[in-house]
Amino acid sequence: MAAKSTIRSEGGKVRRVIVVGGGLAGLMTVIKLCEAKVPVDLISLVPVKRSHSVCAQGGINASVNTKGEGDSPQIHLEETAYGGDFLANQPPVKGMAEAAPGIVFMLDRMGVPFNRTPEGLLDFRRFGGTLFHRTAFAGATTGQQLLYALDEQVRRYEIADVVDEHGVSIPGEKMVRKFEFWDYLQAVLDDNGTCVGCIAQDLKTMQIKYFQGDAVVLATGGCGIIFGRSTMSVICTGTAASSAYQQGAVYANGEFIQVHPTAIPGADKLRLISESARGEGGRVWVPKDAKDQRSPKEIPEKERDYILERMYPGYGNLVPRDIASRAIFKTCFHEKRGVFNPKTGRNENEVYLDLTHKDEKFLRSKLAGILEIYEKFAGTDPYHNPMKVFPAVHYSMGGLWVDFEKDARGSLKAGSPRNHATSIPGLYAVGEVEYQYHGANRLGANSLLSCIYGGMVTGPSVASYQKSLAKSAFDLPKSTFEKAEKRCQDDYERILKQNQDAKDAENPYKLHQELGDMMLRDVTIERDNATLEQVLGKISEFDERVKKVASPDGSQRANQGAQFVRHLENMLVLARVIAQGAKNRDESRGAHYKPAFPKRNDPDWMRTTLAKHEQKGAVKYLREFDYTCAGQSVHVTDAVDASLVAPRERKYEQAGAASAAATGKIQQPAASEQQKSV
Amino acid sequence: MANDTTKGTGRLVHLRVKRQDSPDLPETRRWEEFKVPYLPQMNIISALQQVQKEPRTVDGKDVAPVVWESSCLEEVCGACTMVINGRVRQACSALVDQIAPNGEMIQVEPMTKFPLVRDLIVDRERMFQDMKKVKAWIDIDGTHELGPGPRESPEAQQERYPLSRCMTCGCCVEACPQYNDSTQFVGPFALNLVRLFNMHPSGALHKNARLETVMGEGGVQDCGKSQNCVEVCPKEIPLVDSIAQVSRDATKRLLFGWLLK
Repeated sequence: MAAKSTIRSEGGKVRRVIVVGGGLAGLMTVIKLCEAKVPVDLISLVPVKRSHSVCAQGGINASVNTKGEGDSPQIHLEETAYGGDFLANQPPVKGMAEAAPGIVFMLDRMGVPFNRTPEGLLDFRRFGGTLFHRTAFAGATTGQQLLYALDEQVRRYEIADVVDEHGVSIPGEKMVRKFEFWDYLQAVLDDNGTCVGCIAQDLKTMQIKYFQGDAVVLATGGCGIIFGRSTMSVICTGTAASSAYQQGAVYANGEFIQVHPTAIPGADKLRLISESARGEGGRVWVPKDAKDQRSPKEIPEKERDYILERMYPGYGNLVPRDIASRAIFKTCFHEKRGVFNPKTGRNENEVYLDLTHKDEKFLRSKLAGILEIYEKFAGTDPYHNPMKVFPAVHYSMGGLWVDFEKDARGSLKAGSPRNHATSIPGLYAVGEVEYQYHGANRLGANSLLSCIYGGMVTGPSVASYQKSLAKSAFDLPKSTFEKAEKRCQDDYERILKQNQDAKDAENPYKLHQELGDMMLRDVTIERDNATLEQVLGKISEFDERVKKVASPDGSQRANQGAQFVRHLENMLVLARVIAQGAKNRDESRGAHYKPAFPKRNDPDWMRTTLAKHEQKGAVKYLREFDYTCAGQSVHVTDAVDASLVAPRERKYEQAGAASAAATGKIQQPAASEQQKSV
Repeated sequence: MANDTTKGTGRLVHLRVKRQDSPDLPETRRWEEFKVPYLPQMNIISALQQVQKEPRTVDGKDVAPVVWESSCLEEVCGACTMVINGRVRQACSALVDQIAPNGEMIQVEPMTKFPLVRDLIVDRERMFQDMKKVKAWIDIDGTHELGPGPRESPEAQQERYPLSRCMTCGCCVEACPQYNDSTQFVGPFALNLVRLFNMHPSGALHKNARLETVMGEGGVQDCGKSQNCVEVCPKEIPLVDSIAQVSRDATKRLLFGWLLK
């Protein structure tokens, strides 16, 4: 039987749920929870306005079809499934594609300064993997603008009172309480293994504290920092996901890491040059003569090799990212035709990304923010000089496994507590931290969409879950929480004290650099089983060495050194999940490419990788498992639900290959619908 | 996979960092100097990262690594704001080649207008609180489907977008002589937000309520017109224009508002 009140616990406390992470996915979840009258504690590593969502530049996809091209959510679904190489379960993708126009309109109402057409309507640009103009954008900082819009709405809830069933405000209780500069450590699990709160650490005072919550939502982003330098923010270490995984949550498709084709190499970060640069006409090329020493502007058109246009005439520079990255990698690495540098006397790992044929005024209105990044950090003017770029780790398609329930139309069932539930009851995941929407490769401008759509689904899902609870987390004995808090406190003390007097203590930052260099070199664009075997051996070695790490800082205040040790330990665990998953998967699909197995192998591998933590240093890969959601046992298998778009080979050489509509062919759904879960 | 940018050239970067262990320990305030290997395209963040890996001062003293705040490293999140060679800016976009082309010493300090946390970290919570005060949002009815927002001309969008790029980084208030802990002044960034939301067709429906938040103490009349803010804004937001606009609107409201009540 459900509890009497969803507002107050039996003991009279206000019942809250916890959202960890204040990027787009977290904030959207918070807003939806508040609209469902569920008060929230929002815990974030950084002030939410500084979350990694700000880095998204290019835009957000929605098939609004204002350009008279015949675009539709159905085509968006098909192209997303196709672009993801048929590894994504299709019902959530359908739900996302159908909700997209409404989401963009909602953001528009929130005041996002989207670019406009002369008629005052939203403007849309092209992005990779489609021939349609489907991407709405706000200058060149769309992610930032979207994040700010949601941040502003959440701020309204920070001053809104919690109201009880009788419409009376509860004194001193606000709908949203923010805890910024707090690091998530662990979920608190009760005796049945249900998540009833979490432990977090104040990064100013280093105080470790428990938070009670009827449910916990992780919206903690990707894990690119495992690869050392990437396009991700320094906070994207995947520590929360790793922690949840070590507590028993299943991790899915970890080996699928997106490498973005165009980034500026840098000492501290690889800064992205958005796909919108190509969407607005940017062309990728290298000189035909590999030893050409001329400046790019002096090289005539016919002496340039526009590699993507030559290899993929159908989609040209707008092939999906995995394909563009491999083409650039092949050109530079295997053919040694990267841009020649007379100073070093070698062909660098760089290709030109050229916008100089476009009008400067046009570029300033459409791409100023992106080109400003190049100008600022590379020190050259991209309006008049081709940019020099190379691929960089960009996005984790994989992440915590989350469930979904589909409705009769094959879309997501609204309000089902199964949507976005991890395999730990009461623990939810949304945004880049989960695996659900992108399959083996994410299409550009689908990430902002999946974060916001995910939040719109997770809010109601968590509200339903809370209603189903017989007992609130706030009525559990304090000891449940204090025990967990003590465990985290002890672990933190361990980090502070261990190896302080050791002569051969390891430095966590240096160890991280070694890990990152290896992961970047061996577990990204091309994968080889013998090399991956060595990587796994190395990770075991790192597992030993990390035990010898001494915290470089003993301070009781803002101790980033000790915090980093914890993140490093967690990164190592996920590194193994990624590398082992890559080794196991003997095929090529989306971002996962093995030259020894160059083809996609649907009979053996059209399935979700499901990783389960055994103990430190061991991963178990499951074919099926059972978990409990809102009192119901759910059976899960690794089969992919491809009930809406039939799998077929990806062929971007041919225009319109990504969607049936564009080629005039009608795609029949698969005859036998594959059930993912019963 | 990416270009190997980790190879040094023998060149060193010289940093002088102002440190303090905790706000309640003023006696720990000190300057420490570090020399770290130069890397191509190096910025202050990568210099600090080098210090993190080898926290040893020029006098050979092993110290705790310097702490600072950072996130995106591409000057879009606002986190890594600090005072570098006397100028407030983001550390990620402060390139060593531009600041110290000949190996000059680079001085790095925390911002002074906010409570210190430790070393280069300060607490900018006041800015976020002031965003609540000035009602920096659009009052939407809900996130359910209600169709598109109001139409807007491309010109209006291009006026609004630059104002909307404020990262709450704190540069403007650091440079503002009127902004300190003895005044309530909300600062240039907050006044810019008032203008931004008042420009939006739906936001304008609550224009007066928003203006009234900046008509009393700590409001727009506290601006001393030094125009320092616009000089330091990393996003080149026309802050002085925004303040002037809000000031005009507030004056109009003050003079004629009673007619409408």
